[in-house]
Amino acid sequence: MQQQNLWTVLSMLVLATAVACGGGGDAPAATTAPAAPAFDPSTAGNVSGMVMFDGELPAGEELMMNSDPVCAMTATDTMSSTFVGSDGHLGNVFVYVKEGLEGQSFPAATGSVELDQEGCRYTPHVMGIRVGQTLTITNSDMTLHNIHASPSANDEFNMGQPIQGMTFDRSFDQPEIMVPFKCDVHGWMNSYIGVLDHPYFAITGTDGMFDISTLPPGDYVLEAWHESLGTQTQNVTVATGQTAEVSFTFAQ
Amino acid sequence: MTWLHLYARFLCAATLLLIAAGGMVTSTGSGLSVPDWPNSYGYFMFSFPLSSMVGGIFYEHGHRLIASSVGVLTIGMTVWLWRVDPRRWMRRLGVAALAAVILQGLLGGITVLYFLPTAVSVSHAGLAEIFFCLTVCLALFTSSGWRRSGTTGRHTPVTLHSTDLTAMALATGLPALVFAQILVGATMRHTGAGLAIPDFPLVFGGVVPNEWTFPIAVHYTHRLGAGMTALVIFATVRQIAIHHRDRPDLLRPAGLLTVLVLVQIGLGGWTVLSGRAPVINTAHVATGALVLGTSLLLALHVNRHRFPDAHPSMAYPPPPVAIPAKRGAAV
Repeated sequence: MQQQNLWTVLSMLVLATAVACGGGGDAPAATTAPAAPAFDPSTAGNVSGMVMFDGELPAGEELMMNSDPVCAMTATDTMSSTFVGSDGHLGNVFVYVKEGLEGQSFPAATGSVELDQEGCRYTPHVMGIRVGQTLTITNSDMTLHNIHASPSANDEFNMGQPIQGMTFDRSFDQPEIMVPFKCDVHGWMNSYIGVLDHPYFAITGTDGMFDISTLPPGDYVLEAWHESLGTQTQNVTVATGQTAEVSFTFAQ
Repeated sequence: MTWLHLYARFLCAATLLLIAAGGMVTSTGSGLSVPDWPNSYGYFMFSFPLSSMVGGIFYEHGHRLIASSVGVLTIGMTVWLWRVDPRRWMRRLGVAALAAVILQGLLGGITVLYFLPTAVSVSHAGLAEIFFCLTVCLALFTSSGWRRSGTTGRHTPVTLHSTDLTAMALATGLPALVFAQILVGATMRHTGAGLAIPDFPLVFGGVVPNEWTFPIAVHYTHRLGAGMTALVIFATVRQIAIHHRDRPDLLRPAGLLTVLVLVQIGLGGWTVLSGRAPVINTAHVATGALVLGTSLLLALHVNRHRFPDAHPSMAYPPPPVAIPAKRGAAV
């Protein structure tokens, strides 16, 4: 009995020593703790820039919401979100680091991202999310919606939200540019979500501006995606403490 | 029997309405506007509030309601036939229709729950046409005209005429050709290839596409199929008009087919030129069903002599006539 106790104590001592001195080389990381950044943030740089449209921006299409009286009555914005911007600037463009971050890991995203259905529109129209991050979808309307995501790399889903205030959570397992969302009840409602395994993305506002901050120094390929105009890529070099300027110009 | 025939005609008309409603669902892209099945947003189908039938739900839930009604009508038809119709094959036809409508409902549910997979959606479209054909058969076989023609041997089988093998072959093969053409159309529809060739009657300004993709190939096949089907219909109609002027039961569907196929080709072109306007697109679907149903009517009339209740005088080849042996002849 005494010998058994001795082995138990010795085993615990060995285990405690391994934990204290190990540094966790091959041990799996705790799932609840955020992963350590793969680089020293003090060495980071930034990318900022602008997305332009060459020529006059196509006129916004007015959305016909007559098929649902609630939408027709409550909608405050009935213009399409496909082409937004002013003075040659293009909004609702998803800009992200496409290449250059391979093999690096980043802290898991905290908190959820929200997609709202309000005024029979998706808000926001274009957004980004991290792999595994919670997407909270809410119906703020007094009418019913279905939320139909049709990704190619992730699982397709189609859920109904018949009651105002309903929410549900989803997440995506794989990176994907872009996941289209639509409401089949209200054919004009659509939205796009970019799913990435890193946090380096931005969506342009109506001023066409975007900022991607705290990037590790290095050479990258940046891609700008627009739902109607397609994609453009550019190479960019990020240096410590510097902000690299990039601009994209789309045309029809 | 008259009331049964009227009921069968009503079922047939309701099925055509159901096909049109299904066409509106696809044409408006509303197939997934009700994400659950067999419930609708958690409601039992018939308790879903009418006030919530908005947008795409109006088409999808409306389609479900009409489908359920057709299902109930088909149950009624099957029971009615089983109780009053002395023809066993007819009672079995009723059971086949009931089985088809149940399977059709299941396919409709599966295609919703699995986000409209092409194979299931095309099968749903194809089975809809088969079920419609069954209702056409039920309506025809319960009619007094059909029963009279069979019991009196009023009509001479077309195969007795000198050129009738041609008419027989054309009319009999026509429903299969039309059905194949509808299946190609359904594939085009459910793969989003309806506008893969954006001009009409030309094809990218010519006759043959310069490049080939799956959508273009399906779309082009549908156009070629339309031309081929129209030619076969015209050949059939010509054959009947020339050689069977005394057969109103053949002339009527033949004449109707001529009109329908011309309307159908026009609607097909209009569908393309209108950018797949839902109403035009749906009219094309419904007229396609009418072409199929009418070609089936023609085929059934042409083959009247083959049915179990046909008068013996309609048999083809004619039964051998026993020639009495001459007296005194050697046996």
